[in-house]
Amino acid sequence: MAGSDKILEEITTSEYKYGFTSDIESDTIPAGLSEDVVRFISAKKEEPEFMLEYRLKAYRHWLTMKEPNWAHVKFPAIDYQSISYYSAPKKQKVLNSLDEVDPELLRTFEKLGISLVEQMRLSGVAVDAVLDSVSVKTTFKEKLSELGIIFCSFSEAVRKHPELIKKYMGSVVPPGDNYFAALNSAVFSDGSFCYIPKGVRCPMELSTYFRINSAGTGQFERTLIVADEGAYVSYLEGCTAPMRDENQLHAAVVEIVAHKDAEVKYSTVQNWYPGNKEGKGGIYNFVTKRGICLGDNSKISWTQVETGSAITWKYPSVILKGNYSVGEFYSIAVTNNMQQADTGTKMTHIGKNTKSTIVSKGIAAGKSNNSYRGLVRINKGASKARNYSQCDSLLMGDRCGAHTFPYIEINDKTAIVEHEATTSKIGEDQIFYCNQRGIDTEKAIGLIVNGYCREVLNKLPMEFAVEAQKLLAVSLEGSVG
Amino acid sequence: MLEIKNLQVSVEGKEILKGLNLTVNKGEVHAIMGPNGAGKSTLASVIAGKQDYEVTGGSILFNGKDILELSPDERAKEGVFLAFQYPIEIPGVSTINFLKTAVNEIRQHKGMGNMEAKEFLAMLKEKQKLVQIDTNLTGRSVNEGFSGGEKKRNEIFQMAMLNPQLAVLDETDSGLDIDALRIVAEGVNKLRNKNNAFLVITHYQRLLEYIIPDFVHVLYNGQIVKSGTKELALELESKGYDWIKKEFSEIPA
Repeated sequence: MAGSDKILEEITTSEYKYGFTSDIESDTIPAGLSEDVVRFISAKKEEPEFMLEYRLKAYRHWLTMKEPNWAHVKFPAIDYQSISYYSAPKKQKVLNSLDEVDPELLRTFEKLGISLVEQMRLSGVAVDAVLDSVSVKTTFKEKLSELGIIFCSFSEAVRKHPELIKKYMGSVVPPGDNYFAALNSAVFSDGSFCYIPKGVRCPMELSTYFRINSAGTGQFERTLIVADEGAYVSYLEGCTAPMRDENQLHAAVVEIVAHKDAEVKYSTVQNWYPGNKEGKGGIYNFVTKRGICLGDNSKISWTQVETGSAITWKYPSVILKGNYSVGEFYSIAVTNNMQQADTGTKMTHIGKNTKSTIVSKGIAAGKSNNSYRGLVRINKGASKARNYSQCDSLLMGDRCGAHTFPYIEINDKTAIVEHEATTSKIGEDQIFYCNQRGIDTEKAIGLIVNGYCREVLNKLPMEFAVEAQKLLAVSLEGSVG
Repeated sequence: MLEIKNLQVSVEGKEILKGLNLTVNKGEVHAIMGPNGAGKSTLASVIAGKQDYEVTGGSILFNGKDILELSPDERAKEGVFLAFQYPIEIPGVSTINFLKTAVNEIRQHKGMGNMEAKEFLAMLKEKQKLVQIDTNLTGRSVNEGFSGGEKKRNEIFQMAMLNPQLAVLDETDSGLDIDALRIVAEGVNKLRNKNNAFLVITHYQRLLEYIIPDFVHVLYNGQIVKSGTKELALELESKGYDWIKKEFSEIPA
């Protein structure tokens, strides 16, 4: 209790330290949550009436809910009244050169192979105007709008495309879905909106664009992706570079809608600050991600590489409503030191001949705890539904824990459900074998772990697969021997 | 090249090597024979630097360098190779990627840059041919699902790729049928030259029909009790190890 209060206190007081409230009074509001706060946020963002109603409904519902405690994670109670729920995007202190950046951060960038320009951007160094991302961004925007693709911040979408927001927001994750989703629905800061019109294949990974665009989305992020009939989009969220944020609690909501014959591929690389070795600090990442395969032959695929955060609580799920629709979940979750992760997926089969695949690779090192939790539900009438699940856990050292909680509910006799699970340890024998071929222990672990995760890494967009591989090695540095 | 002096090694408090002496020069092939439990595999593991082996006395010099001070990967980079008795499987890591990493690590140690992809592939092809290894095997994950014989052949293939100065073959013949044995031995013979050396550890004389050693040593009770030429191997084959045991059983444990 005391620990979290202190952290939260530090967080809230630190805002004063940097002096935003003294300058412009209305840029941040005092800690605490009430209807007035919700109204303030909505007004501040100049939202239409329907959005305010949505928020208020969610808030009122949230008040009736209890924080869930079923996840296999432990943390001091969160005092929701000590969090400040609105602050305008911060201006980062501009540095003149990389020399002024924390050398440890630079070493990590180096190891991850992040380009110099991007290193500068990530650490807040002013970038040469020619290299500035603004021009790149404009090029992307033009190309996308030619195809009728809408890709903008959530706030912008609320103002410019209210009909789409009204139609789809909350259609997959209703405001009262769960405690954190309700909180997000009441106070969400910003996020992204993406709409791919009928028959359009988005010609580029929306990753690059997003990375340029990702700054300052805040702690209650909201993402909505809609792929209309026959559309395709590959979307990447996150970044391999370590993300530090003074907001401890992150409760995002991501919704995906795939219409008939549409396909959405959503990839995440998450490397938020995990806290120090003793587990102090670090981000609580309580996320609700869900997609619905609304139409026949639609497909939603989640791929995630989770290495950061002190606590991860996250289950990217798919509702397979359309006949012949496909849901996929490919996950790598790494925990080291004192990190805790409870992550997995839910596949709900409603349509006929629906198919889902789950491949989960958990890696636990240090004193961490890594849990897979997954539900496969085959509803009555979802005839000939198929699921294949594979959950592997890899342990490094003998002080960490790996847990698997698979839930299977089958209500249709024609369903075929397969579940495989393995637990293995990185053997000293494997490391010695690599050593004997001239490969040092650190590189050996990288090699072995990447081998173990290959099925999932192969699902990532090429550019990110390479960075993610390096990230895995960096995350596990010093965890053996 | 390799100079082992009065080497004493314990495993979990039990003394296995009790003052072993051995000198191997460039261009030589030495065979170490001996009954089960004599300490043959311990010798191989200690040279390679495996954990859990406690060196309580003596020294191992490799090209004049005390390698007991070096980590296993540093020894490998210096040119020590161990063909494992039980090669390890590394799922998901392709043999090609594994070898590319190893080759480049060793090159970097020598102050050379990474090998160009084209050059690497050419070498891969050449060595595959040399040790007659199926290209399907090298495309798969390291040793994963390989048969015993395939694993041993893969060890020899890796040896060919890494081109070590000193190769220690730890019972590479065990579990091989006669054809596989011949292929493995042919591989070794092709790689033999005046600048490298081999330490062939074996229980049986059979392998030495194909790899003709310059010297044969008998390891018994933690020491080399007899040394000779290839005829010694034949003598052991016909007489068995019992006479060695009788002759040297007085050695204090």
